[in-house]
Amino acid sequence: VIGQATLSTPELAFEPLLPELFLVGFAIAGLLYEAFSRRSEPVVHLSIALVGVALAGATSLWLWGWDGEATVLAGAVAADRFAVLARLLLLVVAALGLLLGHQYFQRSGDEPQGEFAPLVLFATSGMTLIVAAADLIVAFLALEILSLSLYVLTGLTGRRAANEAAMKYFLLGAFSSAFFLYGIAMAYGATGTTKIGPLALALGGSEQGLALLALALLAIGFGFKVSAAPFHMWTPDVYHGAPTPVTAYMSAATKVAAFGALIRVLDVAFQALAWDWAPVVWALAAVSVVLGSVLAIAQANVKRMLAYSSIAHAGFILTGLTAPGSDGIRSSVFYLVAYAAMTVGAFGTVMLVSGRGEERTRISDYTGLARTQPLAAALMTLFLLSLAGIPPTAGFIAKVNVFSAAIGAGYWLLALIGVLASVAAAFFYIRVIVLMYMQEPVEVVEAGSAPLTGAVLAIPAAATLLLGVFPGLIVGVIEEASVLRW
Amino acid sequence: VNRLLTLTTFLPLLGALMVLAGGRGLKDEGARWVALGASLATFIVSLVVLGRFDPAAEQPFQMVELARWVESIGLSYAVGVDGVSIWMVLLTTFLFPVSILASWTIVKDVRRFMAAMLVLETAVIGTFLALDLLLFFLFFEALLVPMYLLIGGWGGRRRVYAAVKFFLFTMAGSAFLLVAILFLYAQQPDGERLFGYGAMIDAAAGLPVATARWLFLAFFVAFAVKVPLVPLHTWLPDAHTEAPTAGSVLLAGVLLKVGTYGLIRFNLMLFPEASRYFATFVGILAVIGIIYGGVNALIQTDIKRLVAYSSVSHLGFVVLGLFAFTQQGVTGGVMQMVNHGLATGALFLLVGMVYERTHTRELDAMGGLSSVMPWLMGAFLFTAFASAGLPGLNGFVGEFLVIVGTFAVNSWFGALAATGVVLAAIYLLWSYQRMAFGPVREEHRLLPDVSVREVAVLAPVLVLLLVFGVAPSLLADRIEPATSAVIAHVDPEQETTDVGQAALAASAAEGLSPP
Repeated sequence: VIGQATLSTPELAFEPLLPELFLVGFAIAGLLYEAFSRRSEPVVHLSIALVGVALAGATSLWLWGWDGEATVLAGAVAADRFAVLARLLLLVVAALGLLLGHQYFQRSGDEPQGEFAPLVLFATSGMTLIVAAADLIVAFLALEILSLSLYVLTGLTGRRAANEAAMKYFLLGAFSSAFFLYGIAMAYGATGTTKIGPLALALGGSEQGLALLALALLAIGFGFKVSAAPFHMWTPDVYHGAPTPVTAYMSAATKVAAFGALIRVLDVAFQALAWDWAPVVWALAAVSVVLGSVLAIAQANVKRMLAYSSIAHAGFILTGLTAPGSDGIRSSVFYLVAYAAMTVGAFGTVMLVSGRGEERTRISDYTGLARTQPLAAALMTLFLLSLAGIPPTAGFIAKVNVFSAAIGAGYWLLALIGVLASVAAAFFYIRVIVLMYMQEPVEVVEAGSAPLTGAVLAIPAAATLLLGVFPGLIVGVIEEASVLRW
Repeated sequence: VNRLLTLTTFLPLLGALMVLAGGRGLKDEGARWVALGASLATFIVSLVVLGRFDPAAEQPFQMVELARWVESIGLSYAVGVDGVSIWMVLLTTFLFPVSILASWTIVKDVRRFMAAMLVLETAVIGTFLALDLLLFFLFFEALLVPMYLLIGGWGGRRRVYAAVKFFLFTMAGSAFLLVAILFLYAQQPDGERLFGYGAMIDAAAGLPVATARWLFLAFFVAFAVKVPLVPLHTWLPDAHTEAPTAGSVLLAGVLLKVGTYGLIRFNLMLFPEASRYFATFVGILAVIGIIYGGVNALIQTDIKRLVAYSSVSHLGFVVLGLFAFTQQGVTGGVMQMVNHGLATGALFLLVGMVYERTHTRELDAMGGLSSVMPWLMGAFLFTAFASAGLPGLNGFVGEFLVIVGTFAVNSWFGALAATGVVLAAIYLLWSYQRMAFGPVREEHRLLPDVSVREVAVLAPVLVLLLVFGVAPSLLADRIEPATSAVIAHVDPEQETTDVGQAALAASAAEGLSPP
């Protein structure tokens, strides 16, 4: 044995990246199909994408039992159960988004969009990567993958409102990416590394000025992505302008992805600075819940109302995160699961009501809905009650969890602000229920039946109810997933 | 295994699911009968609970069921009855079939209406039986939605306004309750935190005095909105007036009791020191409520609003009795809870029946009705006597005990509260006079008297008004062990006294004054 190379190369273990590889692979397959088939069939696109998602899900499940290194590819990607759980959640949301989108384009009369399914897969690959990113550079890469795909998805229909939304999203998103990148640079300056494990070790007792700056810049970047106030400005316009299934998909998935990454950054990389970031998270949470809840009251459009409510929900998740360590992680992850179910469900129901395209999304269009579309009205009521945090829905248990985590960490005032804000929020959710059930429809609209959409929405509806009554179903899983390895 | 309480709680929900599952195939008539059947079955089960209840039992709660629900956060499904909650449950299970039968005339969305009623019944029974604070809160919040839908969906002209007001007031109150519950929860050592009643009492006992007083206030606000105590009562006249008859009956008969029940179950038991500290303050609010409610009832021209304000006054008695910490006061308060539920429930039923005939609630637009429908007006007079506290009918004993029990500790409160009884006699009889006597209006001349169905609605309630008036010990025997346990906990200095031993009760005066 002679001439052994002395250059040390990292050991390459690609298994923990299999979900992303499948997603990207099938996205490319979808693009090739679109390019080379004379007339592409939407159903084929849907099938390709769903198979990709399913394979990614299967490999994610397999990774639950991963017993290799905690991080692979030279510490760039974490292979822990937290990443697995977040990925599975994202993949379910992606599948729902694909199904809803398929029906949306069939009904809206827009020309078949061959790009839709591949773009969703690309965006999802970025999201699944960011929740597993153990290196800030990888996190940034993943952030860009998901953001760029979402900008295009937002403007996909080419409607005026969609174009405007995409432009706005792109400009502000690019801006926030810059903050994020600066933050990484500062972190590197403070510690000499961008990997979150070594970062955590280096921050143990070193000079902290630069690290605090890094933290602040990263917080701004994440603030944009999770749409926490005061970095929420883009949210209402984008959620309103984007095609409804895209809104359903991104409102849930982006939040899961960005919070997944944020949890890793706060509770691993910057855990030594918990005393410094907790007040920041506190303030972001308080401002978000109050602004989101109050501004939602004034909205006349359901999508905008739900957008503001998503800002408030970002605040509730941040409320849980003020508790450092596993208490905070557990409560926020549960909230993310519940939020994903109810928000996909709510936007999906909006789609069900509008019938085709972006029609009938004003709140006044919901007047007397219980008569014209009883199923849509019932679904909307369930999701709205959950968003308002009223038992026996997932939203209630989720709120109890985050408030209890915050109080356990000593932030009872934040919990009080949050609970009072949810009362204000309940007002506008309830207003919609009032319109649907207590008033007669103004005009009789031909409500095209959409049995498929209804069937798809059964999944988030079941999740919303089941997690409200038997939260124990996933609490054990979350418990095991709330240990971050590095 | 003993699953009697679970059966009582969820039987109505099962009925609601049946009504909904019936779909359009289930005709309106069918939905009514299913709902009535489910609520009657629940009532029968609750009678079995009453039969099995042992007033002399050692343990504080009976027929306890305990199951872990969400282990990771310490939420358990724990239910049980004591001498207070058993009457609340029976009051509930009794008034629901009555209200459902009284709602036979509702024709709009019958299936949805009946389902909402039955869901409401489950939620209310759950709040009375829960022995886990988060479980209690869950039911407490859950009952808002069906009640809200009942008011907003089937109410009067300003129903949406009233429903939203009701919802927001109650939910704002419960916001403080949730934070306080979670705060208590966080006081327990990490890893073994529980929401269970006993664990929470222990956690509360270890609190610093000032903290406990703040938490007392947080609980108090939530329940005071529900009771309601002045100045948190403004939702009540609107909600009562706009609600459909069944909604008013249940609101007055059952839902307000959730508030007073919460005070006795949680405020007094979790925060004994703070309860003593705030007793005078609460007493003042209660007395203001008694007089304010009475005076307001006096000047109303809308009969439904009048009865609503009388509730404010009567519930003031309950709270005054509870915070006297004497055997008479607390027992009287609990008895008054039951009796007010029956008497005011009956009043709302009667007002509803009159309205269905005359289509007006304005007293000035009525008159001479006793010559047109003597039976209905007779029932009204009988109920008004009961509500005003005429001896021999059920209202008397509770109010009397409250006043005696309060006199023993604070003669001012006792004297002022007694004026409430006088006011009640005036506004009830005066309103009766305006309705029943005088010239008959032309359009009212041919109105029918009570129908068979209405007799079936009213008779059971009126019989109970008499029974509990003649034999108050039926109530008191079961209530007393529970209330003396509460008093012993709040005010350990005080010897538990028997009803009537005013001399001993006087010693409580020292215990009541704030530290």
